[in-house]
Amino acid sequence: METYIALLVRSIFVENLALGFFLGMCTFLAVSKKVETAIGLGAAVVFVQAITVPVNNLIFAFLLKPGALAWAGYPDVDLSFLGLITYIGVIAAIVQILEMFLDRYVPALYNALGIFLPLITVNCAILGGSLFMVERSYNFSESVVYGIGSGAGWALALIALAGIREKLRYSDVPAGLQGLGITFISAGLMAMAFMSFSGVQL
Amino acid sequence: MNTDTKQILLDPLVDNNPVILQILGICSALAITTKVAPAIVMSIALTTVVALSNTFISMLRNQIPSSIRIIVQMTIIASLVILVAQVLEAFAYEISKQLSVFVGLIITNCIVMGRAEAFAMKNGPGASFLDGLGHGLGYSLILIAVASVRELLGSGSWLGFEVMKTVKNGGWYEPNGLMVLAPGAFFIIGLLIWAMRTWKPQQVEKTEYRIEVVHRTEVM
Repeated sequence: METYIALLVRSIFVENLALGFFLGMCTFLAVSKKVETAIGLGAAVVFVQAITVPVNNLIFAFLLKPGALAWAGYPDVDLSFLGLITYIGVIAAIVQILEMFLDRYVPALYNALGIFLPLITVNCAILGGSLFMVERSYNFSESVVYGIGSGAGWALALIALAGIREKLRYSDVPAGLQGLGITFISAGLMAMAFMSFSGVQL
Repeated sequence: MNTDTKQILLDPLVDNNPVILQILGICSALAITTKVAPAIVMSIALTTVVALSNTFISMLRNQIPSSIRIIVQMTIIASLVILVAQVLEAFAYEISKQLSVFVGLIITNCIVMGRAEAFAMKNGPGASFLDGLGHGLGYSLILIAVASVRELLGSGSWLGFEVMKTVKNGGWYEPNGLMVLAPGAFFIIGLLIWAMRTWKPQQVEKTEYRIEVVHRTEVM
């Protein structure tokens, strides 16, 4: 149990996908203008990440890993080079299914998420989560925890940055730094604050 | 080369740079720029992928039904990225380990998708190739500039050669540890944007809100 809590804390704070590994930066910068939209996108990312990482974990373990096809009678086959195209296919499919499911059964949430749901397919935090899961060879239960934790960490960083940017609108920024420039600098300061979590030992 | 093709190739370098003006492909620009060597490899990989994916998508643009175009583009891009990743693993194993997941993440690099969607779907293969090449080079320019600053200040070297002798090796330069960490990358890009917009003021974003001095007599 302790290892899972440690993994959860590490994936949310210490190894934050947005501020530690710069994943999902394009959306991170584009959608952090208002807190409400940031919360909507953050929720969608946690949701998708918590599903895709474990699903990709199962696919890697039972189809792609060297020797994984032993159950089908092909113990020598190594399909791991197909990883990238499989993960992105799985992500696109899950986002699509999720979109149809929400549209049918939870229309309120579907309307709140709006355009962000399809955009998640090309959010590199999602693909990055699956790739890190493979690189660090997490098992299935670890991948569930990692999926939830890394999604939550990304959402947290996004919402915090949106809060800062809402206040920043009223400040007097030098002309050249206006908009994108000052956003980068504030993200840098946030990254510094998140780094202080790296001292946390569990 | 006539002015039109020159325009397509050179425009993304400074005037319409993908990284600092269009905010595309930031993830990798920040993540793998602690040293110059991986940045150069990454630049070559991305330029290859974006130029070729633009060419192929442009060749197929009249065959692709618009309702499933995203998935077709994704498949073409993902295949090219797998090719590049395999070549890197075969010939530059050390660097491909350093780049870790970021080679795979070229698939979701917004420059590649963005150019496929915005340019390759509307123009011929030749022009699309040049457009991809131009955007790849614009990205490389920023990547190598950021990596140079970070390696020089963070480790006192450039492309592995010692420029400023560090204290640890008996020299005088105390390396700035912040530069090799995540926040350093954010600061360098922020400052780069500031420098760029001071040089070309037409790139400055409009303010959404202005603070003005209102004298009490005017209000009354």
